Amino acid sequence: MTDPRLPEALEQIREDFLALEQRDRLQLLLEFSNELPALPERYADHPDLLERVVECQSPVFLFVEVDDARIVHVFVTAPKESPTTRGFGSILVQGLYGLDVDAVLAVPQDYPLEIGLTEAVSPLRIRGMMALLGRIQRQVREKSAV
Amino acid sequence: MTVELDPTPAFTAFAHPERLVSTEWLATHLGTPGLVVVESDEDVLLYETGHIEGAVKIDWHTDLNDPVTRDYLDGAGFSKLLGSKGIERDSTVVIYGDKTNWWAAYALWVFTLFGHSDVRLLDGGRAKWEAEGRPYTTVTTVSATVDYPIVERDDVTERAFRDDVLAHLGSPLIDVRSPEEYVGDRTSAPAYPEEGALRSGHIPTAQNVPWARAVAEDGTFRPRAELEQIYFDGAGLHPDDEVIAYCRIGERSSHTWFALTHLLGLPNVRNYDGSWTEWGSLVRVPIVKGAEPGVLAH
Repeated sequence: MTDPRLPEALEQIREDFLALEQRDRLQLLLEFSNELPALPERYADHPDLLERVVECQSPVFLFVEVDDARIVHVFVTAPKESPTTRGFGSILVQGLYGLDVDAVLAVPQDYPLEIGLTEAVSPLRIRGMMALLGRIQRQVREKSAV
Repeated sequence: MTVELDPTPAFTAFAHPERLVSTEWLATHLGTPGLVVVESDEDVLLYETGHIEGAVKIDWHTDLNDPVTRDYLDGAGFSKLLGSKGIERDSTVVIYGDKTNWWAAYALWVFTLFGHSDVRLLDGGRAKWEAEGRPYTTVTTVSATVDYPIVERDDVTERAFRDDVLAHLGSPLIDVRSPEEYVGDRTSAPAYPEEGALRSGHIPTAQNVPWARAVAEDGTFRPRAELEQIYFDGAGLHPDDEVIAYCRIGERSSHTWFALTHLLGLPNVRNYDGSWTEWGSLVRVPIVKGAEPGVLAH
């Protein structure tokens, strides 16, 4: 069942997770974790520019840019000791890639609850991903305001 | 079959040195028959990124907690879990994990509720193992399923419920949360998610000793003399006190329960796993705000 509110990439990620057994969902999350891109240099050298997501159990920082074409660029970083948080960040970075402001803001806040990870990682942990999405959307709102 | 104890001199001053092993001991005992190494982390994926060879994973949320009721798994569930991990009733279990063994101590406490007799903590946990450049593998350990008996969980000796805490008021309580949580400025640890307590503060008369004070820079437990300074001189406990420790959901206080019970040898320490997420939402229980322990209202 597809969710018409979801951008294509996020919908694809959701379907990929739901197609797997619980145990394999963790493995896929680990793959996402390993794929989290490194920060571009302008942020790697300036961690002060990044916003800390305090609701996550592990230190995770994010930064959002909105370019002149209103395309959103999301950057997330978390330490290697926090692969679950890295995985959450990676899903959002990949799932929101290339989207414009309206499409990012239209993503339902409960998307993290819909991808079949709640049981695999526990409800408490999935809240960290909801907080991450919420903060990305807030930054998009702030940075796209005229 | 009990695997030989770690004779590390630093442990001998502790009340129960048999509850700790060093990284060096573990490295030389890996593969010993009767020994099962368990990794228990805050991060549910950390084991998959690399773990000590032969270690099995037990997750605090997805394995040890009941998925519906706010409780731990029952005797049948524990039997099934441990059997599937290749753990027998007489196995020597060594638990280690991230965050200075915070979750490893929690797992150890749950093992204790089921009376597993030989369960030890790797002093220093993952961080020390890594700092020493010791190897990890990403090969998930496949255990042959064994029989673990169905044992009834003992919820009296090491565990306290809210009514036990109410009955205990006036006797020593240790609040192991951060000062911000104790004072009442916040209801969850700094940098941690909100876990839904409606009120903030602490249980009246509880002394605040953040759990991590029990560990040194390298993640190992502080020597006994320093622990005595912290808990006896600092928090006013006596060696024969009955104590209840609590935090937010009972994980950090498991670590303190371990230090008080096994390192300092207090005879009756219970962990209140309902902790602040329960107490801070209960109707009409007494709460104190501010940095002072406060007094009981009569």
